[in-house]
Amino acid sequence: MTAGRPGRPASVARRLGRASIIVASILFLCLFLVVPLASVFVEAFRQGAHAFVESIDQPEAMAAIRLTLLVAAITVPLNVVFGIAAAWAMTRFQFRGKALLGALIDLPLSVSPVVTGLLYVLMFGAQGWFGPWLAAHGIKIIFAVPGLVLATIFITLPFVARELIPLMQSQGSEEEEVARVLGASGLQTFFRVTLPNIRWALLYGVLLCNARAMGEFGAVSVVSGHIRGLTTTMPLEVEMRYNEYNYVGAFAIASLLALLALLTLAVKSALEWRYQAAENH
Amino acid sequence: MRRRVLPGFGLSLGFAVTYLGLIVLLPLAALAWKASDVGFAGILKLLASPRTLAALKLSFGGALLAAGINVVVGLMVTWALVRYRFPGRRILDALIDLPFALPTAVAGIALTAIYAPNGWFGRWLVPLGIQVAYTPLGVLLAMVFVGFPFVVRTLQPVLQSLEQDVEDAAESLGATGLQTFLRVVLPTLVPTLLTGFALALARAVGEYGSVIFIAGNIPLRSEIAPLLIVQRLDEFDYATAAALGVVMLAFSLVLLVLVSALQRWTRRWAEQSA
Amino acid sequence: MKLRPTLLALVATVMVLPAMAKDVTLLNVSYDPTRELYKAVNTAFAADWKAKHGDNVTIQMSHGGSGKQARAVVDGLPADVVTLALAYDIDAVADRGLLAKDWQTRLPDNASPYTSTIVFLVRKGNPKAIRDWGDLVRDGVQVVTPNPKTSGGARWNFLAAWGYALKLPGGTDDKARTFVKTLFQHVPVLDTGARGATTTFTQRGIGDVLVAWENEALLAKKEAGGDQFDIVIPSITILAEPPVAVVDKNAAERGTREVADAYLKFLYSPQAQDIEARNFYRPRSPDVAAKYAAQFPQVKTFTLAEVFGDWRKAQAKFFADGAIFDQIGPGN
Repeated sequence: MTAGRPGRPASVARRLGRASIIVASILFLCLFLVVPLASVFVEAFRQGAHAFVESIDQPEAMAAIRLTLLVAAITVPLNVVFGIAAAWAMTRFQFRGKALLGALIDLPLSVSPVVTGLLYVLMFGAQGWFGPWLAAHGIKIIFAVPGLVLATIFITLPFVARELIPLMQSQGSEEEEVARVLGASGLQTFFRVTLPNIRWALLYGVLLCNARAMGEFGAVSVVSGHIRGLTTTMPLEVEMRYNEYNYVGAFAIASLLALLALLTLAVKSALEWRYQAAENH
Repeated sequence: MRRRVLPGFGLSLGFAVTYLGLIVLLPLAALAWKASDVGFAGILKLLASPRTLAALKLSFGGALLAAGINVVVGLMVTWALVRYRFPGRRILDALIDLPFALPTAVAGIALTAIYAPNGWFGRWLVPLGIQVAYTPLGVLLAMVFVGFPFVVRTLQPVLQSLEQDVEDAAESLGATGLQTFLRVVLPTLVPTLLTGFALALARAVGEYGSVIFIAGNIPLRSEIAPLLIVQRLDEFDYATAAALGVVMLAFSLVLLVLVSALQRWTRRWAEQSA
Repeated sequence: MKLRPTLLALVATVMVLPAMAKDVTLLNVSYDPTRELYKAVNTAFAADWKAKHGDNVTIQMSHGGSGKQARAVVDGLPADVVTLALAYDIDAVADRGLLAKDWQTRLPDNASPYTSTIVFLVRKGNPKAIRDWGDLVRDGVQVVTPNPKTSGGARWNFLAAWGYALKLPGGTDDKARTFVKTLFQHVPVLDTGARGATTTFTQRGIGDVLVAWENEALLAKKEAGGDQFDIVIPSITILAEPPVAVVDKNAAERGTREVADAYLKFLYSPQAQDIEARNFYRPRSPDVAAKYAAQFPQVKTFTLAEVFGDWRKAQAKFFADGAIFDQIGPGN
């Protein structure tokens, strides 16, 4: 998989083309991704590390971090189960309406986050479909954790399924069928054959789903109610602090979110690397 | 039909459909129900207003353009990441997902700060007559930003699995690098590129959080369609807001159906020519 | 053993006393620029209530655009009190039956414990020599103001400009319309909220003048270190009255009526008026106002009622869908 294939010296034109593609790519990524990221960290540390730590070590920041992790911890497993179920049904069986199901899985991507929030207000708001019933039974959905979770599930629903479907499609079901014929139970087949085959795509789907779940702003903003320390997730806390002229505090939380994301991505890279190293042995 | 060897059809399909029904379809039904208060005539009237049209044009035009830019740049970047080894490659690879992870509001604030006339880039660009922040160009920039990972991440696994044998064969037969790329590699990538295009497009059309900071939000000029929805909501006009949401969703779906038709057509074409 | 009953009584008292100190939670749903204000007010009120009743009051805050906040309350955000940017937003909550329609008469001064005005924030030394509303429409002057469709503060800005033009000698609605239309042609960025507009002006360096709440302008000046911006008071401006109200239905359901009423009354107390003045809101109390006279220069104002009737009329005439702002706003 390396560029300079052995035994054939690359021509000058080839090398030139290769170098320009690399340089242009690095340049683009730096200007486009690294600079905005850097600006977040620069702002966060504008008044030094002490101010950074101080602005995070506060009850409302901690509450926001806890809430964000809680929402992600509920959202991601649910979407993983959904993703596996949907991918299993779609790649292992033929049925009517399969294309429709595929389209429905992608549908949340096309819905504006503003509208996503509105959807749940129309369902569970005081004037919504279920609003009066919920109020009568004292159940809170929007402006409480369940609403935040629902909106986040909606936004991140496609990610796991989208990673798994193409992979499971291309892998086919032969290995699983053999396992079944040899007498493995359904669960054994899944855990011993399917899961090892899809684990990288699954992990990747989980990471994307998680990153998006922690960072979602628009939809969550509509159903949050912005009660500080209670229903504000990290992205909402960022906005609040920004609106309080607390730029260091806002960017400190933002950089924490970026760090969380980079950390999960680093874990993924490390796992991939170890896995590849083990395979090459 | 072949006898099913594998179990779990009913369970997996049942769960997936129920989950989709509860999380996606039921809420969308609520949206359609609310939008029906406006009625078909109301929606037509809405579409006839220059303000709505301008906003839809900006949202969809910007998103199409952004998705196009993302396909071109994304292809280049993915190629570099997959085919070449260079220092910092892994870090850059990890950074691709940044627009996913960074809250959209933070992305918007960061981009605005960088491209404002007194920002890191703005102070150099504005004297050259290039205004990014608070213009439609800023909208485009934010849309490219949020859509970028979709193209790269869709393309990456396909490019990784693409055998280099064909390219090698083509080149040993005397094709130049560029010819190989255009005649051999690109056709097989087109369906995947279209998938990435569709995803980036869908994401950019509805984007609000990051765009709102950098757009300037001047009606008829730099006002995006989701902002119109927010304005209707602030007037307590849920029905019109819902109707606008339905219109946007319908347009998005038409575009996505077109893209997937194009995809089927190119796939067939690639198979025939292969 | 005569000691035992006494001891028992003592133990009982010790056990009962803390149990009698109730924990009460209030939710105050407010608009954007009041964060610093209510942070200070809440601390003072909690101490005051604790001293008088022995109960612990925790006041939770929710901030956002005024209209968006009103909508959240309508949709079920369980606010005990709303403290918003303009009466129209509380009217909207009242229209959905959450509080009595006569809410504005239940507290003194139109239920606005503090007021503000609309002023100009300009760059240090006022390089474009902006003195009055008329200067905003001069060639080469860029004006930053948020969108009246999404920002309560921006609606006050709009009405202040309209009122100025109307009150000029020979002023008519048509002339006011032309003036405001020209004014909005000088607006390069239309932020969705008052804070967003302030940030655009102060941090991004856009525009020559920010039209803003006086409290917002004073705060922005202070936050920037006090030496980057100047405040210009126009010849005449509107008296902005941000109102407060108890949300009857929620307070009844949550059993917080008494505390909620006391909380809003507390806003009129000398102690709270002083806090409001320190947070750049003009106090209603003449004594406190006298104390902060240096901070709040004399300004000629008109009220909404004098020029526009009431908020429902103003909303319908100017800011409703297809109304005057949609006809003359930027882009037209």
